[in-house]
Amino acid sequence: MAWFRKEKKPRQPKRERLEIPPDTWEKCEACGHTDLREKFERNLNVCPNCDFHRRIRASDYLAILLDEDTAEETEMDLKSTDPLSFPEYPARLAKATAKAGDGDAILTATGQLGGMPVGVGAMDFAFMGGSMGSVVGEKIARLGQKSLERKFPLVLVSASGGARMQEGVLSLMQMAKAAAILSQLAERRIPYVSILTNPTTGGVSASYAMLGDAILAEPGAVIGFAGPRVIKQTIGQDLPEGFQTAEFLLEHGMVDAVVHRHDLKQTVGTLLRHMNGKPAATGWTES
Amino acid sequence: MSTGVTLEFEKPIAELERRIEDLRKAAGDGQVSVDEEISTLESKLGEMRAEVYRNLTPIQRVQVARSSKRPFTEDYIRLIFTDFIELHGDRAFRDDAAIVGGWARLDGETVMVIGHQRGRDTKENLKRNFGMPHPEGYRKALRLMKLAEKFHVPVLTFVDTPGAWAGLGAEERGQSEAIARNLLEMSQLTVPIVATIIGEGGSGGALALAVADRVLMLENAVYSVITVEGCAAILWKADGKNQELRDRAASALRITAPDLLPLKVIDEIVPEPPGGAHSNHEAMATTLQEALNRHLEELRKYRPEKLVRRRRQKFLRIGQWSE
Ligand SMILES: [Zn+2]
Repeated sequence: MAWFRKEKKPRQPKRERLEIPPDTWEKCEACGHTDLREKFERNLNVCPNCDFHRRIRASDYLAILLDEDTAEETEMDLKSTDPLSFPEYPARLAKATAKAGDGDAILTATGQLGGMPVGVGAMDFAFMGGSMGSVVGEKIARLGQKSLERKFPLVLVSASGGARMQEGVLSLMQMAKAAAILSQLAERRIPYVSILTNPTTGGVSASYAMLGDAILAEPGAVIGFAGPRVIKQTIGQDLPEGFQTAEFLLEHGMVDAVVHRHDLKQTVGTLLRHMNGKPAATGWTES
Repeated sequence: MSTGVTLEFEKPIAELERRIEDLRKAAGDGQVSVDEEISTLESKLGEMRAEVYRNLTPIQRVQVARSSKRPFTEDYIRLIFTDFIELHGDRAFRDDAAIVGGWARLDGETVMVIGHQRGRDTKENLKRNFGMPHPEGYRKALRLMKLAEKFHVPVLTFVDTPGAWAGLGAEERGQSEAIARNLLEMSQLTVPIVATIIGEGGSGGALALAVADRVLMLENAVYSVITVEGCAAILWKADGKNQELRDRAASALRITAPDLLPLKVIDEIVPEPPGGAHSNHEAMATTLQEALNRHLEELRKYRPEKLVRRRRQKFLRIGQWSE
């Protein structure tokens, strides 16, 4: 099968980035604070005024988590097709690619985190709302496979509205595909850290996002099975303040910690060092 | 949601059934002999049923799959198995009646049966929540699967849900986690699992019982990532009443058994009686029983490691892309 084929030589990530002059002014979506784009970026797009965690791209998360010059993006050639001949899907894909690049809704990479070899996948909400189709599932499966072969931990950053409707049940099956690879990591005691960002809902939340050995969430991120609008419609009343936020999930025991973006790399590193590389205990003397 | 009312395309069938019934009543008076006429009409009825059901459109299949006349999990339990003993509760929060499960015997062999359970009337649907489970339903299902594994007993699931419940309590108690956990645990369960989509297989709420060595699907069942109404609303901003857009969504999503077999999402289509599963529960159950037995017999030959490896590979292969 395709996914355990010999790996192509990974290329250095050379993704086109729209160069916007650093002296452009930007506005915080939460408090309206206005600042230089450069200043937002230096602060990892956390608002210097109100601490709101602005949405960032998959490539930004790879840069945040991986040590400088260690990232090698993998599976860059995987592209979505239109397996169901779904109305307008090819056009939507073309539009998404023009807007967000050709990495589909996830970038996967190998690299080092605090000197430790890791595999990192980061979803890209800018590409069709981070929706999970065959390519997202396959990229995760292949990264997981590398993780199994080279025994390095896995980190996945979720940002998704759920399964990609345009690939029908094939998208649904990617939930099972991700679970199938994660069950193998679990069996081999290879740690997996899941990071939930805004938003993580639907099929992604009901699959790999909630299966981490540690689950971290960014402050204020909306996380849930059903989106807030669907629930509101179902129950016919307004949702309580703060419902389905990262902090709500922490309170209800669904995530291990809410972690500030500035502390993300450090926290993941500490967790992985706790969980990684300890051989089975030996040398017991009591029978 | 469909109720017990006759579906539009079934009206000619219902009309003919009524005529036969009337004739029977007339004959009951003993004044006229109508045997010949009845037998003519009955053979016509059979042909009509077969004809109508041979040409169902995707949206008609959705209606059939949702029909409350169709056999539900408990009907199959009654018709296929013996010695069923229901097990309740997730041992953490409560018993969720949207999922039923327990020990049973299939042709003498013990199996664990688990399935979504819908209701036939309003009262029963309130209890069953229209077959839409809360997290505790999925956790009960997982508890029973682990119990089956402990005693080396195969698991048979029946999928019949519009989807997992979307509500405050379901979110608070981790609907996502409950579904995700089942996907993971079913990927490593060391006993055979056979899932059958018997009605509506609604998204993650269905998949949480369907990560199986064999996924069977009844001929008129549907399996979808989103409801056809939801899809029409998102794609074309259609409201619930726009039938044309709903029909288009049903076709576009490829949710029928013949659509899903070549995509390798399902392994076998289980044929329904000529007028659909609801026209003859017993005949449907007999056909399904044969299929379940056949698959279990094959799966029992695999040692646990190989069974699990093959199950994982099956799901790891699903999907289409270019590179
Ligand atoms: Zn702000």
